Amino acid sequence: MTSSSYEAVIGLEVHTHLMTRSKLFCGCSASFGSGPNENVCPVCLGMPGVLPVLNQYAVELALRVALATHSEVQTRSVFARKSYFYPDLPKGYQISQYELPLCKGGYIEIANGGESRRIRLVRIHMEEDAGKNLHEANYSLVDFNRSGVPLVEIVSEPDIRSAAEAGAYLRELRAILRYVGASEGRMEEGDFRCDVNVSVRRKGSDELGTKTEIKNLNSFRFVEKAITYEIGRQIELLEAGGRVTQETRLWDPNREETRPMRSKEFAHDYRYFPEPDLPPLEIDGQMLERVRAAMPELPAERRRRFQRDLGLGAYETAILTEDRAIADYFEALLNGGVIGSKTAANWTMTEVLRIVNETGKPLEEAVPPAAETRILLKMVQDGVVSLNAAKNAFSVMCKSGQPAAAVVARLGLAQVSDEAAIAAACDEVIAAESAKVAEYRAGRDKLFGFFVGQVMKAMGGKANPKVVNEILRQRLQS
Amino acid sequence: MTSELFTLTITEARERLVKRELSAVELTRACLDRAAAIESRLNAFITLCPREAIEQAEVADRLIARGNCSSLTGIPLAIKDIFATRGVRTTCASKILEGFVPPYDATVIERLRAAGAIFLGKTNMDEFAMGSSTENSSFGPTRNPYDLRRVAGGSSGGSAAAVAADECIAALGTDTGGSIREPASFCGVVGLKPTYSRVSRYGVIAYASSLDQVGPFAKTVRDAAILLGEIAGVDPRDATCSARPVPDYEAALTGKVEGIRIGVPREFFVEGMQEDVGLAVRSAIKQFESQGCQVREISLPHTQYAVAAYYLIATAEASANLARYDGIRYGLRAEADNTLDLYNRTRDRGFGPEVKRRIMLGTFALSAGYYDAYYRKAQKVRTLIRQDFFRAFNDCDIILTPVAPTTAFELGEKIADPLQMYLSDIFTISVNLAGLPGLSVPCGYDRKGMPIGLQLIGPPFGEEIILRAGDAYERSGCVQRQPPPL
Repeated sequence: MTSSSYEAVIGLEVHTHLMTRSKLFCGCSASFGSGPNENVCPVCLGMPGVLPVLNQYAVELALRVALATHSEVQTRSVFARKSYFYPDLPKGYQISQYELPLCKGGYIEIANGGESRRIRLVRIHMEEDAGKNLHEANYSLVDFNRSGVPLVEIVSEPDIRSAAEAGAYLRELRAILRYVGASEGRMEEGDFRCDVNVSVRRKGSDELGTKTEIKNLNSFRFVEKAITYEIGRQIELLEAGGRVTQETRLWDPNREETRPMRSKEFAHDYRYFPEPDLPPLEIDGQMLERVRAAMPELPAERRRRFQRDLGLGAYETAILTEDRAIADYFEALLNGGVIGSKTAANWTMTEVLRIVNETGKPLEEAVPPAAETRILLKMVQDGVVSLNAAKNAFSVMCKSGQPAAAVVARLGLAQVSDEAAIAAACDEVIAAESAKVAEYRAGRDKLFGFFVGQVMKAMGGKANPKVVNEILRQRLQS
Repeated sequence: MTSELFTLTITEARERLVKRELSAVELTRACLDRAAAIESRLNAFITLCPREAIEQAEVADRLIARGNCSSLTGIPLAIKDIFATRGVRTTCASKILEGFVPPYDATVIERLRAAGAIFLGKTNMDEFAMGSSTENSSFGPTRNPYDLRRVAGGSSGGSAAAVAADECIAALGTDTGGSIREPASFCGVVGLKPTYSRVSRYGVIAYASSLDQVGPFAKTVRDAAILLGEIAGVDPRDATCSARPVPDYEAALTGKVEGIRIGVPREFFVEGMQEDVGLAVRSAIKQFESQGCQVREISLPHTQYAVAAYYLIATAEASANLARYDGIRYGLRAEADNTLDLYNRTRDRGFGPEVKRRIMLGTFALSAGYYDAYYRKAQKVRTLIRQDFFRAFNDCDIILTPVAPTTAFELGEKIADPLQMYLSDIFTISVNLAGLPGLSVPCGYDRKGMPIGLQLIGPPFGEEIILRAGDAYERSGCVQRQPPPL
């Protein structure tokens, strides 16, 4: 038997922060980056006698996630206490949902290769985050800023069959979360976390193999690597006549392997029971309709529209739609019908994304408003500036915040399209390079580029290449 | 003796304060002096706050002088040590909260503060409100003012004793399974457990969240009505608190009870009930009949399962509520080399035996494999008990029962036998399970002179009718209050 006679069965549990201003059960700021224990109050510190009060906006964001994933919103869901002791868990229990979650079912559509697949969801529920332990040499500190920050947990069915599909699922989920404004989905920052359940079985079998759960995965790359590793490990084990043990394993990013957690670390009986401090969460049709009416276009719809109406390819579409801000920017470039979709797509994918990646800033801070970029692209289209000059101008616009026209003027980037000046430069080059001219006329067509280069050099790179080509061709033929 | 200021009721004190015949400072001082004289015998308070109380009284006097006062301005109150009080240590009678000074007030404290009430101090209780005698306090038991060898009842024994012994004008307590009504009965004062959700629980240290409710102790039913009016009502910090408007409870005390249908559940007159208790309650029933009430026997068939269901639900909730006392953020912390030892040693040293017993019981009831048989089953029983009451209220307006099967027992008598202790609450527990209001009114004394209490149970938000009935009974004069022999 070889590995190709096995198939993997993978389910993902994603936890993601909801982008609320305040925490799930108190008025403290849910923002990141404050000093330790600055965003805390008696409620999120679990002081005696305090009570949780549900943040309604968090519910609204969770409902957006539910609607975007076609999940069935339950008219009545119940919060539950999940008990375990840990220093970063101030109440000794986490308020989560258990028997009656906010949503059941639903699916996320992923593209793997050319084919589209639905990964079904088991459930989506709301819960609060814990604080963070900071371990020093011989003592530990706890920062409760994160304690009580709202999370949704999105649990998939074991419908995923490969590491690549898991990656596609996560990227699509993150895109959805960003589109609906529910979450930033930053895995490295810890506001988007993923646990993976993996098992393998012989192809064609309906039975599920014994699964392992993998934790400590803080990038999409690690998720894919860990799954690949774990599939290989399990197949090897089975092939050697062994058995997979049901256990929780940790991904070790340095050794690029999974290893079992100490059993003490997960031998929990969480003793869930309904949270008596919170009434059941009732979602009426009116609230759901209000959320539905405010839903933006989702990534899958947008992709279909970009391909169908704008004639973009699958690759371009995928990149342009991954982030709602990027897609919005691209579409804004098309406003007025001046700039073609290919030009706008190329510019967004190369220049805009380059600046965003280089600066690490959110799009709206990193690049000029789309209207200004559109003016620059119109200059390229009209031959006022060359494509390369426009790229330089764009970088300067991003840094300085100045309008396109001002930057082009200040840097003297406008092209020379004056035929007389270009003709004079061409004549000088032809006169100076008589040997090469002879070769060219004898049939070495490749030399044409050399002449163009010489002319451009003579004109400081500002000559309109189209005009240079025309005049040179004319002069060399005669 | 009765001319002493500390014996005043809220109503009497209010009248004299408003007429400026009496200052809040004088009244407060009288209560503080009384406490200073008898506390060594009674132990009703864990913490007395004389300095703060006088300061508050001075403020109250200024408010009264400006004519800017509520019904509680200048009234000295005692507060069970389960309420978070900003700047005043709050212990819940537990070692585990050693040194804990809350940076916040419970909502009811905030309201009473705003109303100009005076806080004399924090009263003794069973640790985390777990108990029926105030013997489970790490600050020693509170003694019954009528017989210092006997218990004050619990868990709010300190508040009950403080009111009975005139160390304060009125007091606040909490009631999870009888913790206001039983000590009120044992100490011969009025105690009211309102409908669940009527009063905010924010800042009330949780024992069993679905059962805990805040209520007043007072010398008269009218005073209890006044106090309830000040503390009841919606609170944005308690999601379980009702938004229902708060009626004028004092206005409900019309003295008219004619036509009220009183149900007497046959299951509540059990064997083993002290003879004098049965006699006193039956004579109270006759009194109501003579005032024009219709008395009928009813049945609450699931009563016998109430204690079992209560000790599963309450302890399950408690096992989670008390998990926060881990030595990490506040209160006691035992020295240890690692986190697990820190938890174990802190909780071992910090909690008393009854608290440990209930945490273990509740942890077990919620454990994998036992949840359905215990916790879920208990919730089903709770539903049946609630349905019993709702059915009964089709045929009657209020339900009348004894508060407890006996009068106050002796210190140490039941402490070694938890099951006997648990049975002290046999008549009060089902009221909590059903979320109903229950009023404890003195209805006589046994042959040893110990007070006996009568329980009036109303439908949800039926505080007005039980207060009206209790007030009419009290005003009938059939029970002559005998002051405690202190």
